[in-house]
Amino acid sequence: MKLITAIVKPFKLDDVKEALKAAGVQGITVTEVKGFGRQGGHTETYRGSEYQIDFVPKMRIELVVEDSSLERTLDVIRESASTGKIGDGKIWVTNVEQIIRIRTGEHGADAI
Amino acid sequence: MMLGATIDSGATAWVLISAAFVAFMTPGLAFFYGGMVRSKNVLGMLMQNFFAMGLISVLWAVAGFSLAFGGSGKYSGNFDFALMKDLATIESLPGYTGDFALAIPVLAFFAYQMMFAVITPALITGATADRLKFSAYAILIGVWSIVVYPAVAHWVFSPNGWLFQRGALDFAGGAVVHINAGAAALAVILVLGNRKGWPREAMPPHNLPFVMLGTGILWFGWFGFNAGSALLANGLAAQALVNTHLAAASGMLAWLLVEKLRAGHATTLGAASGAVAGLVAITPCAGFVGGVAPIIIGLVAGAVCYLALKLKTRFNFDDSLDVIAVHLIGGISGALLLGLFSDTKVNSLGFDGVFFGGGSKLLVNQLIAIAATFAFSFIVTWVVAKILDATIGLRVSQEDELVGLDQSQHAEAAYQ
Repeated sequence: MKLITAIVKPFKLDDVKEALKAAGVQGITVTEVKGFGRQGGHTETYRGSEYQIDFVPKMRIELVVEDSSLERTLDVIRESASTGKIGDGKIWVTNVEQIIRIRTGEHGADAI
Repeated sequence: MMLGATIDSGATAWVLISAAFVAFMTPGLAFFYGGMVRSKNVLGMLMQNFFAMGLISVLWAVAGFSLAFGGSGKYSGNFDFALMKDLATIESLPGYTGDFALAIPVLAFFAYQMMFAVITPALITGATADRLKFSAYAILIGVWSIVVYPAVAHWVFSPNGWLFQRGALDFAGGAVVHINAGAAALAVILVLGNRKGWPREAMPPHNLPFVMLGTGILWFGWFGFNAGSALLANGLAAQALVNTHLAAASGMLAWLLVEKLRAGHATTLGAASGAVAGLVAITPCAGFVGGVAPIIIGLVAGAVCYLALKLKTRFNFDDSLDVIAVHLIGGISGALLLGLFSDTKVNSLGFDGVFFGGGSKLLVNQLIAIAATFAFSFIVTWVVAKILDATIGLRVSQEDELVGLDQSQHAEAAYQ
């Protein structure tokens, strides 16, 4: 089983969510984050003084999938999250050792 | 004892309403400033402003009013009216005779003036944001409201006061409120020191919608602040109201224009600040000028106060929310512009300024009033601040400053 973490532009969240649902994904977790990559920050002005704000707001989407669905799910996320402009984000994959459904106690693939 | 036939019901109604308008300005100021600080300090800012409504009101009733308006001294009031003695029954106040006779109950005048006394020290909170210990703040404004504010109010507002008698004009408190508070703010921050991380670290406003809401409340309340100072419900009050609004409007436009040209964007904070700058500048002028003067005064204030923002980086003092640029410089600008635009056809109890055939007499008196107010407020406040700093300490500890005032001073979190 794999944990997919995707950092996407906040306004793309809906598109990604709908695409994942259409692809059969059962659930995701979303957090508001901020960060920067190659996309620089921006400047803000307050009473004549300029501030360089490095961090850019993003959404982090996390979901656990079976190994067999991994590549297809990555494609779905990448297509739905992309705008073609800098700052579209990144996706990374880590291994999941254990997953448990709290209500029933199911383990492994049954808990996804 | 029946209150006399000199009481005008329209004037009384208007002044009582104005007292409520001005009282509303302190919570307005609280949010105007509160939105500008970082979220970890918002309660610290709100608390300081709301607390002023508590402490200063009581001190005003106990002694402040009497020290401002009691007796016939030139430089100070006295304790004749301490604890509001006789205020509910007497028909006039010392000096308020003849042309200056009150058409409202003395208690109404007391109440109205109380709201000015409350908001003036609250203005200091903008300069000292994020680092002033609450206990030190409480003692500072308590002492200030006895030893500084009533003296300046007496000099300028009371017909017995020496600046009033010299012929300096201040309709609603350009000197008494804005220059006074601005000078005091400067004195305190010189003792307090700059915020940790200033000016390198970005400390943007955490809630600009609060700032705009606060600005709206201030603008609204200012109608009571300025037009209520006519102490009559008549054409002069109407002129003051019109002047107040037009100065706010032009102040906003001028600030936005200068901001757009120099910094590249017209901002909401700029719109708010420009309006307030216009309102500050028109405060001394409100019942003495007419025609398009308020528009010119507003435009000048909006531009000058924007340019004054640079003073703090130039001279390296952390006036966190620009009290000096807006209130001190705005107040001085207004007082000087009054020396130019004052017109006895608007108010026969005033004097003509340079542009209305009065020559430089009024302008010189304005300069004296500005200098005297600034010097007295700055020096006395500095001494009080130094004493407090040497005894209980003015500033929060480094860690408390990093954690934030809300948690460290009040054990609260603004946003759950």
